[in-house]
Order: sequence, then structure tokens, then C-alpha cells
Amino acid sequence: MAPPNAKRSGFSRRAQYSIFTGYVLAGIGALIGGVLLIVSLRDPHFFSGPRMDAMDAVAPVGKAGAVVRTESKGLLGTVQGYLSAGSRNARLREEVELARIRLAEADAVRNENQRLKALLKLTEEEIKPVAMARLIGGTSSSTRRFAFLSAGKKDGVAPGMPVRSARGLVGRVLEVGDSSARVLLLTDSESMVPVRRARDNVIAFAEGRADGSLRLRLVNLGINPIRAGDIFVTSGAGGLYRPGIAVAMATRLNKDGAIARLLSDPAATDFVVVDAIWKSVAVKAVTAPPGTPLP
Amino acid sequence: MNDPLRPPMRQANYRGQINRAHSPVLAGGTPWATIMLGSLAPVLPVIPAVPVLPPLGFLLLLGWRLVRPGLLPLWAGVPLGLFDDLFSGQPFGSAILLWSLALIAVELVEARFPWRGFLHDWQAAAALIILYIVASAVFSGGKLSVAPLVLGPQILLSILSYPIVAQMIALFDRMRLARIRKIG
Repeated sequence: MAPPNAKRSGFSRRAQYSIFTGYVLAGIGALIGGVLLIVSLRDPHFFSGPRMDAMDAVAPVGKAGAVVRTESKGLLGTVQGYLSAGSRNARLREEVELARIRLAEADAVRNENQRLKALLKLTEEEIKPVAMARLIGGTSSSTRRFAFLSAGKKDGVAPGMPVRSARGLVGRVLEVGDSSARVLLLTDSESMVPVRRARDNVIAFAEGRADGSLRLRLVNLGINPIRAGDIFVTSGAGGLYRPGIAVAMATRLNKDGAIARLLSDPAATDFVVVDAIWKSVAVKAVTAPPGTPLP
Repeated sequence: MNDPLRPPMRQANYRGQINRAHSPVLAGGTPWATIMLGSLAPVLPVIPAVPVLPPLGFLLLLGWRLVRPGLLPLWAGVPLGLFDDLFSGQPFGSAILLWSLALIAVELVEARFPWRGFLHDWQAAAALIILYIVASAVFSGGKLSVAPLVLGPQILLSILSYPIVAQMIALFDRMRLARIRKIG
């Protein structure tokens, strides 16, 4: 389509000036954007205030959408159940899958109990979740992987808290608004989780790859002991995640570890649990400037 | 003479009726509102593990600019990009910068090729979409090692969805100039 006549300035001074002003304004806008971009690349949380306010404002819509997603899934399941036994089959298959993950986690717990009992008489306190919430959406077109959570400061959620679903770890809370929070998913390229193999103590780091898989990097290099199908759970190192939450299953080996598939795909989760930071003292000690006395 | 609310073509085709007129709010606000709705796509209950969905806000911006030139001012990328940055997950400022640059680029394309067909528009949009998605990945603040594998499908999907977006905008444009009851 040809531009409307008003866009052709011709000899009109006024039209020429208005076009020129448009270019100047757009140029200034681009410059401002560039400056803001540099500021927020230096300090990613600089603009978290307005961002979380905006998220709070639209969170109710997102929550309604999440409810519809969950319920429409349920409705489809019912219809399918009448038509055929397919849905029941799918549910049983999902249960078996969950049970397998649970089994691997139980293995990890038993293993750890043995180790701890051998070391010292440690009584483990009961872990209560901070909040139950829905994942209401996620950045679907950016290479950064964030999800939005329908719980915020009001529900006691704070930055750093791990988020997990029934299948395993989903990510951790990054920024908190009043009634919503932003979650850094495990697949984000900035996410790094200390893990260990469920059945023994092969330790590694699970690093996000932004393409839906994780990269496991072994801490002790040497002969690669990982086999495809090995399940990895959080090791508890660093103090953020409590040990024994399922994270990933190794699918393909490489030189210094493996590529692993995420066990709890955020696309398939309805409700998630926000846990408290496992050892907040340890986290404080890491983030405090050197020289400060520890609590 | 060139009243944006009553283009001469429209007057000839759709003669005004008694007590029915265009709404200035609808006529001026539809492009902005639809682009902002597109920017809200991350609130949709879809959490893909891989970024495959096209950047809907940017596609709508390009669409409005190419399908209906003259509606969005040249500086529209600043407020609209700011809104997009609040939800997209990109570092703040990335859409302000890239959307402003994209609008300037379209302006230059328009000055060079005043008469274009749909295929030309699609070509321009495709070039801008590729540049935008790659630049977004560079500015995202994450590691770039696996980006090439991830970006391919997204770029392809975005380019292929431009014709649909252009059709949608034609529909919105008809809604924009709908005549509504003036009194009562």
C-alpha cells in the first residue's frame, strides 16, 4: 500500500519539520531504550518494581486462564473416559511415571539417611511449604525462561525460595510482587542447580540450556559414570534447595557429563508448592560481604 | 482535507447514516490496544519449555505499520516497547530500543519503495523479524551457546504467521472504523 498523502512532505515546511521531529523523537526513544537496556543488563533487578506491579495488575486474568486450562483438561478427560478407556490408561501411565520418580527420590532419601546416621545423630525437622499456587504463565517468546506464579509477598513468598511440583523441582523465585512472583525456570540459561545421582553420590551441576533440556556437568572429572536413564535429585549444596527433590533424567552422554530431560515440565504443571529456603544461614553466608559476623 | 477519521475511499463505499458515526476512541486506540494485548501473551496459560511462540506484540506492531501506514507515529515504539518490556522477560529497555529501531527501519523502507505489494511487505517483515529475534536473544542477558538451535523454529514460525497477523489487522481495521450510535 502506498503511504497516505500526508506522509509526502513535498515543499511544505510544516510537513518537513513534522517528519523530521518524528525521526528525532524515535531516535531519542531508541537511545533511552539503549541506556535502560545497559542499566538492566548490569543490574537485572533494577526495574523489578514496575515489572512486578504490572504483573500484579494482570495476575487475576492469568489466574482465571490457568483455572480454565486445568478444568478444560479435566473436561476433556471425562469425555474421553466415556468414549474409550484411553484417558484412564493415560492417567495410570502418569501414575506409574510419578511412582518411578518417587521411587528414585525414596532411594535418594534412604541413601542419605544411611549416610547421615553413619555420620551423626541428626534429627530432621518437618518441612512445611510456604504457599501453594498456580503457574499462571511464562515468557513464551523470549529466550529467557521465566514463569509467573499466582502467589506473592502476601502469601509469604520471598526471592530465592524453591518452587516444585508433584514431579520435581520447577525453579526458584526471582522477583516478588504483592500477589504474584516471577520464577526462574530450571531451563533458563542462568539457572544452575547442584544435583547428585539418586542412587549414589555422583555430584554434578544441572545447568539450563533454554531449549527445554538441562546440561549436567560433573564436578569430579574423569571416567563419565553417568548412564542414560539415571535420575538426578537436588544435593542440598548451597543451601537453597533441600536435598532429594527430583530434577532431571540423563538422556544423552557427553564428555563432561550428560544432557538431561527435565522431570517436571512447567507446561504440564497446574499447582506448584513454594518451599522455604532450606538453609537460609548458608545462603546468607554466601551472599554477605566477607568479614561480617555470621548469625 | 485528509481527515484520518474519514478517508475518501471509505466515504464512497460506506456512506454515513443518520445517528451513526465513527468513534474517535476506537479509530485512534485500536492499534495501540491490540498491540498491547499482543504484548500480554506471556500471561496466557502456556508455559513452553522452549521459546517457540512468535513475539506477538512485535508482529502486531509490524503489521499495523505495514498494513495501515500513517496510523502509528514514528515514536510509537517507545511507549509500546516499554509496555512489552514489563511482561516479555527480556531485560528492561530491550523492546524500547528494538521497536523504535524497527519503526525507523520501516520508515526508511517506505521512503525507498513507496509502492509495495503484500509480498514486499512480507519480505520487509521477515527481515525485521529475523533481526529482532536474534537481537533479542543477544540482549536477553542469558548465555548464547544454544541460542541458534532454539531460535530457528521461532523465526520460521514468526515469519509464517505474518500473513495471518496481517489478515487479523485488516479485520481490526474494519472494526476500528465501525459506525456506532451517536446519541442514546
